[in-house]
Amino acid sequence: MTVDDLEKVSEPGPPRRSDPVRLVARTLGELLITAGILVLLFVVYQLVWTNVQADREAAHETAVLQQQWVEQPTPKEFARPLRQGKAFALMYIPRLGKKYEVPVVQGVALDDLSKGVGHYPSSALPGRVGNFAVAGHRATNGEPFAYLDQLQAGDAVVVETSTTWYTYVVDAGYIVAPTQVEVVAPVPNDPQAVPTERLITLTTCNPRWDSYERLIFNGALVAQQPKSEGRPAALGG
Amino acid sequence: MYPWIWRHLPGPTAARVVVALALVALVVAALFLWVFPWVEPFLPFTDVTVDESATGVSLTGS
Repeated sequence: MTVDDLEKVSEPGPPRRSDPVRLVARTLGELLITAGILVLLFVVYQLVWTNVQADREAAHETAVLQQQWVEQPTPKEFARPLRQGKAFALMYIPRLGKKYEVPVVQGVALDDLSKGVGHYPSSALPGRVGNFAVAGHRATNGEPFAYLDQLQAGDAVVVETSTTWYTYVVDAGYIVAPTQVEVVAPVPNDPQAVPTERLITLTTCNPRWDSYERLIFNGALVAQQPKSEGRPAALGG
Repeated sequence: MYPWIWRHLPGPTAARVVVALALVALVVAALFLWVFPWVEPFLPFTDVTVDESATGVSLTGS
């Protein structure tokens, strides 16, 4: 039965005449149902589609980077200039899964963060004196830091670059206001200090499905080894 | 609105169904490719960095 048929049933007799009240009520109903469907579609987009897209981009970035490491090895660690939106390292967090591997992309704009975790461009490089600071999504867009809250003091965060494995160990996480940029300072929470240690900072939103706070983990480098020596102990090397 | 569109689709019912489904697919594709990505930064899920200008409703998403 088509819509035409329905209308024939409901409006028998003489030629159809538009009743303005009916027309308005029906159009309003249609608009409301349409709005409901739009919202549901947006939920599908956020919860499913952004993750599908981001997982694909992250896999692509990882593959490109690993291929580059194999095919164009450089004795110097960061021989190529870092490019916005391009991966330059891989991050492993054993607490979040044995297979947990996410590309570290230069930049913290939305486009960068949908490919992995993003490196604050003004922060130190991995393994260097200062603070290697990264941000990651906790909900939608690949959500690499979805379960970052499960990280405990003493857990390892391993970073792989073109030449080196770096093993950091984090302290207990804490929650700050979104404006507290001092957590990514060269010496976290002491913006004036001159760095002497090699540190790492992870930032993500808190609570998971909102963003009025940030969840922060600071950590320090405890070990490093050239890749020729194999995987580090923290990854079961 | 929808009956009006239906009446203006050409051809027999079968053809109208095909055209209607194509229209729906087109609208959904436009939503996923352009409209939703544009709306997304206005929601809080993507604010994950610390930032001097950051608020709970940051429009830059940074």
